[in-house]
Amino acid sequence: MEPITGKVWKYGDDVNTDVIFPGKYTYTVTEPAEMAKVALEDLDPDFAPNVQKNDVIVAGANFGCGSSREQGATCLVHAGVGAVIAASFSRLFFRNAINAGLPLVQSVEAVAALEKGDEVTVDVEAGTVTTQAGTFAFPPLPEAVIGIFEDGGLIPHTRKALGID
Amino acid sequence: MSGQTFSQKILGAKAGKAVVPGEIVDVIPDVAMSHDNTAAIARTFATIGVDRLYDPDMHVIVLDHCAPAANEKFATNHQEIRAFVEAQGIESFYDVASGVCHQILVEQGFALPGRLIVGSDSHTTSYGALGAFSTGIGRSEMAVIMATGKIWLRVPETMRIDCDGRFAAGVYPKDLILKIIGDIGADGALYRAVEFDGPAIADMSVSGRLTLCNMTIEMGGKNGYVHPDQKTLDFLNGRARENFETVTSDPDAEYIERLRYDVSGLEPQIARPHTVDNVCDVSEVAGTRIDQVVIGSCTNGRLDDLHQAAAILEGREVKNGVRCLILPASSDVTRAATQDGTMLKLIDAGCLILNANCGPCMGNHEGALAPGEKALSSANRNFKGRMGCKEAEIFLGSPASCAAAAITGEICDVREIASPEALAAGLEA
Ligand code: SF4
Repeated sequence: MEPITGKVWKYGDDVNTDVIFPGKYTYTVTEPAEMAKVALEDLDPDFAPNVQKNDVIVAGANFGCGSSREQGATCLVHAGVGAVIAASFSRLFFRNAINAGLPLVQSVEAVAALEKGDEVTVDVEAGTVTTQAGTFAFPPLPEAVIGIFEDGGLIPHTRKALGID
Repeated sequence: MSGQTFSQKILGAKAGKAVVPGEIVDVIPDVAMSHDNTAAIARTFATIGVDRLYDPDMHVIVLDHCAPAANEKFATNHQEIRAFVEAQGIESFYDVASGVCHQILVEQGFALPGRLIVGSDSHTTSYGALGAFSTGIGRSEMAVIMATGKIWLRVPETMRIDCDGRFAAGVYPKDLILKIIGDIGADGALYRAVEFDGPAIADMSVSGRLTLCNMTIEMGGKNGYVHPDQKTLDFLNGRARENFETVTSDPDAEYIERLRYDVSGLEPQIARPHTVDNVCDVSEVAGTRIDQVVIGSCTNGRLDDLHQAAAILEGREVKNGVRCLILPASSDVTRAATQDGTMLKLIDAGCLILNANCGPCMGNHEGALAPGEKALSSANRNFKGRMGCKEAEIFLGSPASCAAAAITGEICDVREIASPEALAAGLEA
């Protein structure tokens, strides 16, 4: 997988799924382009109109806490987000992101080194984040789930495993 | 080797080997629950390229998130689910007249000790109150379970919270779980199983234990757990769908962290906007004006919760200008509360009885807030926008605290406005 380079959008701790993708939209906003338009609506109204392909979200602890809603991860993918770097991730967001093929980086150091608007490069294969302040290593994904990620998400992975693709 | 936790035992039994925390296992759950999101799941299932469900009998589907449908879009969603249920031969289907999914799984005897239950809803953690291993999963994962039966799960580390003492009058399990979440934070139990134990848990009703495990996700927990005892067995008697064996942690099991609480000195707790861990004693926010009160949800919408609220509201009036919504967790709760006169007390006090569904809890329909309004709710989340409006504020508290706010129109200490008899009510369950 090619390294991803983009601009940083920075947020705090405990960014929850209701501000990433409001509950009131979970049954009404279902098209990818529409989902992209409401991403982070209740947290940062500037985000959706201005996000560029491969931009990177940087946040504090427990990113994606709250609901199990998968749209928390998929709306970011549809908005073009290349990766999320956080001090830690909620368990459900972690699963949903892997299943959607969205790269996640857990690195307290990288979060501290990055500010809004910075340029950052995430190299998932090498396990590094490169910022103006330097390069930080992050732990690789657990071996047992790396295949899901490499196949581009859970559904393509399952099709492959079942011999359909 | 040291002893095993209940999580190790349940996941190990499913994986067919001894497992340790941190290990990832492929397992086939006993029960897989989904709700209004089943239409989206079914669409994803269709993209996998498998025609029939791996096992229709493992699925339980409950229509509750916007039930009955608020508009054409929700109605079409329900229609799609009914067609899928029919086509795939899913027997355990609960249509809009039933109640909230988590209460249905408990009432209908799906949630059993030792069982592995997953649900495409974060509050699936609830069933640990009956000794199950239960946790939330995503929609795509549910679609893959439909196709293959399987899911990967990481065996969690376990933290144990021992609770001593006796609750003072006017203080409830909801206050305890809010206190714990406030202390350890929204990520205080991240990726962990949380085992509640001790004399205060032994004294607690099954309903109170469900409140604790329901809210375990609000501190990041993977699952909650209370070891089954005679109360659990009594509750399941005549309800359990099949035989079960209780699974408990070994006395020498390893815990990653142990906390101890004494509930005796606990005050009523309130979570302030906009995070569940923004918790304080009620005195700190007393006097906050309230526009809407919600008593119910899967967290606190059971019969004992309604008894507690009704005892405080009986013979009094909801303050002019305040909307007090009653949201029973299931139609069985509505039925029982109607039969025993609880609903009449609530209606006479000026409450509005809603049908059993998620309703105002997540802002899909009935009971949305307007900009600038403040609500006190007995549900489990106060995130910005949760009740349909991002310029509104949501506070969380016990059903008794909610009832008190409905009467006075502001957040207040229920112990200052209710009689000792009223505060003692509803603790029998
Ligand atoms: S009542 Fe609220 S918390 Fe419970 S399942 Fe429904 S939306 Fe979720």
